[in-house]
Amino acid sequence: MNSVIKDMVLEHKEDITDSWLKEISKFRSDDMLQNISDKMYENTNLEFVNILILTVQKTNEELEHDELIQFVEKLIQIGWPLNYITRGLQEFRKACVEIISNREENSHNNLEFFKKIEDWIDDIVNLLVTQYSGSWENTVFLQKMALKELSAPLIPVFENISVMPLIGTIDTERAKLIMENLLEGVIEHRSQVVLIDITGVPVVDTMVAHHIIQASEAVRLVGAKCILVGIRPEIAQTIVNLGIDLGKFPTKSTLKKGIESALELTQREIVELKK
Amino acid sequence: MQVQTHVDIHSEWGIVAARQAGRKLAREIGFGSVDQARITTAISELARNIYLYANKGQIQIEEATSAGKRGIKIIATDQGPGIKEIRRVMEDGFTTSGGLGAGLPGVKRLMDDFDIDSELKVGTTITAIKWLR
Repeated sequence: MNSVIKDMVLEHKEDITDSWLKEISKFRSDDMLQNISDKMYENTNLEFVNILILTVQKTNEELEHDELIQFVEKLIQIGWPLNYITRGLQEFRKACVEIISNREENSHNNLEFFKKIEDWIDDIVNLLVTQYSGSWENTVFLQKMALKELSAPLIPVFENISVMPLIGTIDTERAKLIMENLLEGVIEHRSQVVLIDITGVPVVDTMVAHHIIQASEAVRLVGAKCILVGIRPEIAQTIVNLGIDLGKFPTKSTLKKGIESALELTQREIVELKK
Repeated sequence: MQVQTHVDIHSEWGIVAARQAGRKLAREIGFGSVDQARITTAISELARNIYLYANKGQIQIEEATSAGKRGIKIIATDQGPGIKEIRRVMEDGFTTSGGLGAGLPGVKRLMDDFDIDSELKVGTTITAIKWLR
């Protein structure tokens, strides 16, 4: 880091800190930071500004393993918004430029000097935003994986009878997965009857219906039979309103009834034992 | 004050967001569970059409009032290619995407009022209202 700025920043450290703390406490009310205690907010602000000022002495390489990163990681973990960081840095730049250009005669109107400050702060902004977005991308990726894991299991319940419970929104990607799991599972478990349970599907629109119809058609092609179960009354009404034709499709209201009719199809039944 | 929600649709997640916003407002206005399902399904169809044909657009959901009646109004807007044959898309079974072709006529049946305005290469606006009975 440029030594001229370094000296100036360190010299006016107290003034910059004061001015920054004043600015940062102003915008607390208009974001998500309201439910954080005053003490916590003040401490974090103080820590943030001290770390920021220290960065002026460091090279870019040093920054990457710095306490600044640790500090930001802590913020990410407890869920502080990114705009605290970005606004904080904007105010920090303003404070630096203002105070130094007021106090130092020779830096007045010196473009070179402003550019140095910009470069210094911009590097920090880039570093921190990358850190933040990286952690978000990671979270989103993990959640996507978790979602995929519970996506569409095919469960063999009796010999030749399998159940696929569907829970949650069905999008294009999931629809593809449903089809694959269904066909693979039918072959693997030698199912003759597959029950698709849509109790947990919040909305059945034409696309969802279309995917289910296609899946059951494919199941029919590999020699098994599909029964749609778990159709709630309100879903039944919307399906009729939409004009979706499920006439070719055996349907049952509950999984229990579906299993009974699946057993019937495979020439079996459940009997109570007489004691 | 009138409640208004605005959802941008540019991915499949937008459809889910629009749907949830619609369900929430429908519940607040006082629709029963069957009508809630109708409204959410209608929003789902309209949002999916935006995603499928125009790639991006907006869904606006608001409370509607007229002559002492209360209801929910859904406005779906996009700047997509527009609909060439409005008469035909309102027929059951007509589709250009290999779907079931039940979307728009279905929405018309799910809701009470339905209005479609489309201009080729400019975009489409669909307004649908469900009244509380």
